[in-house]
Amino acid sequence: MTVFFSQLINGLSLGSIYALIALGYSMVYGIILLLNFAHGDVIMVGAYMSWFVMNQLGLGPVTAVCATIITCTLLGVVIEKIAYTPLRSAPRISLLITAIGVSFFLEYTAELILGSGAKVIPAYYTNQTFHLGKVPLGLTSIITLVVTVLSMLVLTFLVQKTKLGKAMRAVSEDMDAARLMGINVNSTISFTFAVGSALAGIGSVLYCCSYPQATPTMGSMLGLKAFVAAVLGGIGSIPGAMIGGIAIGLCECFVSAIGLSAWKDAVTFAILIIVLLVKPTGFLGRKVQEKV
Amino acid sequence: MKTNRKTIKMPVRYLMNAVLVALLFVGLSFLTQNVLSTYQNKVLLTVGINIILAVSLNVATGYLGQLPLGHAGFMAVGAYTCALFTKYSNLPKGVAFVIGLVLAWIMAGLFGVLIGIPALRLTGDYLAILTLGFGEIIRITLNNIDDVLGFKLFYGAKGLKNIPKYSNYWNVFLCVVITCFLIHAMMKSRHGRAVLAIRDNEIAAESCGIQTTYYKVMAFAFSAAFAGLAGGLYACYLGVLDPSTFGFMKSIEILVMVVLGGMGSMLGSILSATVLTILPEATRSFESYRMVVYSLVLVLMMIFRPGGLLGSYDFSLSRIVEKAMNGELFRKHTKKEAADHE
Amino acid sequence: MSEFKTRLHSVPSGGFLTDRDKDKKPILDVRELGIDFGGLTAVDNFNLMIGRNEIAGLIGPNGAGKTTVFNLLTNVYQPTRGSILIDGMPTAGKKTYQVNRMGVARTFQNIRLFKELSVIDNIKVGLHESMKYNLASSLLRMPNYWKEEKKCTERALELLDIFHMADLANTQAGSLPYGAQRRLEIMRALATGPKLLLLDEPAAGMNPSETAELTETIRRIRDEFNIAVLLIEHDMSLVMGICEGIAVLNFGRIIAKGTPDEIRDNPQVIEAYLGKKEG
Repeated sequence: MTVFFSQLINGLSLGSIYALIALGYSMVYGIILLLNFAHGDVIMVGAYMSWFVMNQLGLGPVTAVCATIITCTLLGVVIEKIAYTPLRSAPRISLLITAIGVSFFLEYTAELILGSGAKVIPAYYTNQTFHLGKVPLGLTSIITLVVTVLSMLVLTFLVQKTKLGKAMRAVSEDMDAARLMGINVNSTISFTFAVGSALAGIGSVLYCCSYPQATPTMGSMLGLKAFVAAVLGGIGSIPGAMIGGIAIGLCECFVSAIGLSAWKDAVTFAILIIVLLVKPTGFLGRKVQEKV
Repeated sequence: MKTNRKTIKMPVRYLMNAVLVALLFVGLSFLTQNVLSTYQNKVLLTVGINIILAVSLNVATGYLGQLPLGHAGFMAVGAYTCALFTKYSNLPKGVAFVIGLVLAWIMAGLFGVLIGIPALRLTGDYLAILTLGFGEIIRITLNNIDDVLGFKLFYGAKGLKNIPKYSNYWNVFLCVVITCFLIHAMMKSRHGRAVLAIRDNEIAAESCGIQTTYYKVMAFAFSAAFAGLAGGLYACYLGVLDPSTFGFMKSIEILVMVVLGGMGSMLGSILSATVLTILPEATRSFESYRMVVYSLVLVLMMIFRPGGLLGSYDFSLSRIVEKAMNGELFRKHTKKEAADHE
Repeated sequence: MSEFKTRLHSVPSGGFLTDRDKDKKPILDVRELGIDFGGLTAVDNFNLMIGRNEIAGLIGPNGAGKTTVFNLLTNVYQPTRGSILIDGMPTAGKKTYQVNRMGVARTFQNIRLFKELSVIDNIKVGLHESMKYNLASSLLRMPNYWKEEKKCTERALELLDIFHMADLANTQAGSLPYGAQRRLEIMRALATGPKLLLLDEPAAGMNPSETAELTETIRRIRDEFNIAVLLIEHDMSLVMGICEGIAVLNFGRIIAKGTPDEIRDNPQVIEAYLGKKEG
């Protein structure tokens, strides 16, 4: 039972990292229908930033966290401006290939500058373990869960209650109509990327708390998992991303716990396939039917 | 109904194309034997295999209009099928290789049907992610299946070694020609038209009496089968198979070839597969920069030429010759010949 | 059978069948058809019978459910209630492509051509089912591939000649002018060899002279192909000019059936239209 609970907590904290990253995919997809392949690599850049600030500059963890989040946010917006804005009216597949290109670019540039070896990120804080009854509860898990829940609350408030959030929803509903209503579509899209990438920055810090190293390719599998989480939950939906992320985190931890860690990715994908076949738009996605 | 435009009769068209292919073969043979180094010859084989991969993926993306991201999975199915058969059957070299390739083709095609039936119920990005999932499952299964079953068959991550190296210049060339011909033949028939119609407007196609599910699965399986063929050639070219080669990045790599060449253009796929295979190899001396440049080219290409290198243009020797004939070149052709055409 | 006979005379499209079609089995017999979307009833209690060679019209204000009826007849939507008999055969549980093979072809209100294909290839897609060769024949270019393809090309050019479009055969369908796209869609539907042709606003976007020509062509198609036509149209000159029977739909229900003259003077129909215009 103790094992069960500790795996549950592991799963929840891993899942909430996935959920944070999944939100970035989900929001971007919701607004311009793009699978932003470069999103995972934004996380990788963030991880290197943490390493750079703490290890190379010798500054404190607070600076590192701020620098990471700011870097990710800026990077997200810059990518959008340089690579995606010129393709606003291009076919979707061109946009997708561009995203893949950007992803490659970030990975190989990182490799070129910093080498393919792993850089160890110094700990942001000293980890402690509490005990809840017999269940060990790491400080990292607690921080991860709390930060994720807070981020989700802020995001929900942002999207539901603020003017910018309303603009985001309007643009994702109908870009042309939103433009006619006087909404600045370009800045709304940039803002969406900024928010998504900021969440990726937070996700990056949390991820590095649990797995403190940076490699050029760390973002691709992490990104892929988060993307799967977004699709599973229903792409374009905030609570969906949360549910999807946690579902995948839990599934991974429990599959590993029963000794099948080599199969955990396969199980994740199998669940994805089954869910999509039963409910083609994920748990909470909206069904769009073509009008004849 | 009959125009005055001069056209070429069917058998002549085929003959012309055959001559072109033969010339290409002779030219390339000369190059491989006299000019290219062993290493360059190896690159040439990779070019051939990549051409098959790109042309086959083009069936699913360009012609069917879907975006599968699991092409490498089908390649893996073919590669392992062919590798195991050639390795463990005691048939003579040529026979084993041919049967191995045919089996690779069939197995990958069967996987195409099995995966296509559920996957093609979805469209767009959902189909993409679903096929990606299937591709990854195939890779992970190949990696771990031996442990589960207690076999010593696939050798998982250690790699399947000592596969006989049967692939050479001429049989890869032959496979490329066969692939291109069969895919061309399929597309220029009622089956191919049905596939294109589904791409353009699925509801209209169905209301024209086309059994859309059947044709979608058919095109998808076709695409998968030739990826399997490429996999078979790859296995017998490298001699070693490691499941991690067939990951999601490999699928993306093939997709990039198709999109850069221009979706729906077979010549585009062939050209971009060639360029994108040779380019990274040719720039090996700039090892560290080349992939950065490669990715930049990808982004710039999409920004400035989003339709790909050739758009949906496709090469037709007979069309070019016909144009020449109707221009100033061959005025002496009689009208009767033109009227005879089809 | 006797019951069938009485029904035949009670609910044909215009409240009667022309003498020409009276003794033949009707091509379309729809009984008590209805569909709900969620809680909304889009079409209800829809009865319609169309004679073998009849040109029938389905009219009604915008949003009355006319296109929904077409979607029900072709099983794009599965009906919630009621039955559809095509030439006496029920279509329940059939797929759209199977309904097409039973003899119903249609055009679409928002044109749905195969835009990237050439004009002739659009028609050839329509001829798909009539071509008899399998995948192996096409892969190996067997003799029957050549024979069937040749036949198909000839047939497609013949069809194109109906609208005098044979010289546009190799044009890309998406680049045709609007009117030509509508005509091509009709030819593509005809290519599937239907017994009943459903036309969804065939004259939309056409000028009066084009509409007049279309009117003639629809009549000619009916006579040459020996089929029935059911059309949705807002252009009253077209509807009143060729339809033998007209059914008027409002809020998903038939409010009147009759000959063009009867419909023109029907107070309920006038109310449905004028109420819409002024309201």
